[in-house]
Amino acid sequence: MASYSTNQFKGGLKIMLDNDPCSIIENEFVKPGKGQAFSRVKIRNLRSGRVIERTFKSGESVEGADVIELEMQYLYCDGEFWHFMEPETFEQYSCAEAALGDNAKWLKEQDNCIVTLWNGEPLLVTPPNFVELAITDTDPGLKGDTSGGGGKPATMETGAVVRVPLFVQIGEVVRIDTRTGEYTGRVKS
Amino acid sequence: MKVDWQPGCDIAALKMRAVMLKGIRQFFDARNVLEVETPLLSNAAGTDPHITPFKTSFDHPLSTDCLALYLNSSPEFSMKRLLAAGSGSIFQICKAFRNGEAGRFHNPEFSILEWYRVDFDLQQLVDEVEKLIAQLAPAVLKQPTIQQNYSEAFQQATGVDPLTASIDDFINCADKNGYSEAVTVCGEDYSLWLDFLFSHLVQPSLGKEGLCFIVGFPACQASLSRLNKADPRTAERVELFINGVELGNGFFELSDADEQKQRFTAEAQERALKGLPQLPIDQRLLAALESGLPNCSGIAIGLDRLLMLIQGEESIDKVMSFSVDRA
Repeated sequence: MASYSTNQFKGGLKIMLDNDPCSIIENEFVKPGKGQAFSRVKIRNLRSGRVIERTFKSGESVEGADVIELEMQYLYCDGEFWHFMEPETFEQYSCAEAALGDNAKWLKEQDNCIVTLWNGEPLLVTPPNFVELAITDTDPGLKGDTSGGGGKPATMETGAVVRVPLFVQIGEVVRIDTRTGEYTGRVKS
Repeated sequence: MKVDWQPGCDIAALKMRAVMLKGIRQFFDARNVLEVETPLLSNAAGTDPHITPFKTSFDHPLSTDCLALYLNSSPEFSMKRLLAAGSGSIFQICKAFRNGEAGRFHNPEFSILEWYRVDFDLQQLVDEVEKLIAQLAPAVLKQPTIQQNYSEAFQQATGVDPLTASIDDFINCADKNGYSEAVTVCGEDYSLWLDFLFSHLVQPSLGKEGLCFIVGFPACQASLSRLNKADPRTAERVELFINGVELGNGFFELSDADEQKQRFTAEAQERALKGLPQLPIDQRLLAALESGLPNCSGIAIGLDRLLMLIQGEESIDKVMSFSVDRA
């Protein structure tokens, strides 16, 4: 893998840090008038998702990480692995739970996700920003309440539990922002 | 293709700059400080290993020699030659150039105000700087001015004494503050440790809504200042900060030609050690010092940064007509 100097640290560049693949978020040039120049870099550890700050001496090099992001279709879960297919090549990938973490609850069969591969192996699955899911269980709401104030928990077809307005009923399809886990509206069928 | 030709700042920022420049000239006119101009192109550059000059070449019409010229990284050397020639107190507003520098607070070409006061010690200069900033940027100074020794500020922020600490003390301090990478960045380089810890732990909180002068830098960071007679572990150097932004750097100027020569030689050695290109030593400056530099203090202030603070902007490209990305 190529190595990269601090002046190549742009947002999105993938590097190896502490044996983990990481993605650069932001690189700030810091330099006292009469002293050493530094790069103060914000980095996301792609394995843990944690964002850390790290300082490098200007001009220092680090090893790149073989990381690519591919759009793939989610096929099914066999109870242990989640299976995805790359639509261009029909190549299939199976992801262990670690790659999904909390995101498993948003996956609906045939939805397109971003699968991050590290050295060819799935590292991370990112669901679409918005998913449309049917409600399989929720308390019946009060008749005539259209305000949506307060709300109630509802269980989705994927098992996710989301707060929805009182007027939303079992069987309805709702739109959810997976980044916040919040209900954004009903989908008219 | 759409060409982005527009300036990075609005027209109001141009006017603010003009007001600032006029204010500076009035300030020095009232004090009988002479405005001067010195060349931006010079056949010797500063040798500071942390500054990379732009190099160009001059095709002389009456010579076959191709003369190397450097864009000045500050007007300091030429201004000291004027002082040695008997100019008396002088100021200059000019551009300075530093290669490899760009960011929120850096542009490879930037505006400097530099001035020298004959027979001023460092404290007199500090007092004058405070008056100038108060005149140019009264709204920025909401808190009273603070003046602190480098070691005091350093110890307050880090718990470590920068004059007596060991490398192990620095490593512990960095670890405790979540900078475990510092040891790989700094290694055994004492001055680099000071830069690292100062930049990360001390500087960000200096001059909250007011002026902060840091004086008495450790001797290893004396640059072109005299060492303190009473405590030669420290140097007669001052830096000024507002809201954690470094605005200026000043010295009670070193006038001893031999010591200056030694420092240049040490810088050349450091350049060799770090594999950096060698730069010619400014023999004309050394000759001027030998002939006699009057006792004086001088300071350079970054005008783009000052204007950025006056306008409440977060980066200097917002107050420059065309920063390097648009130049």
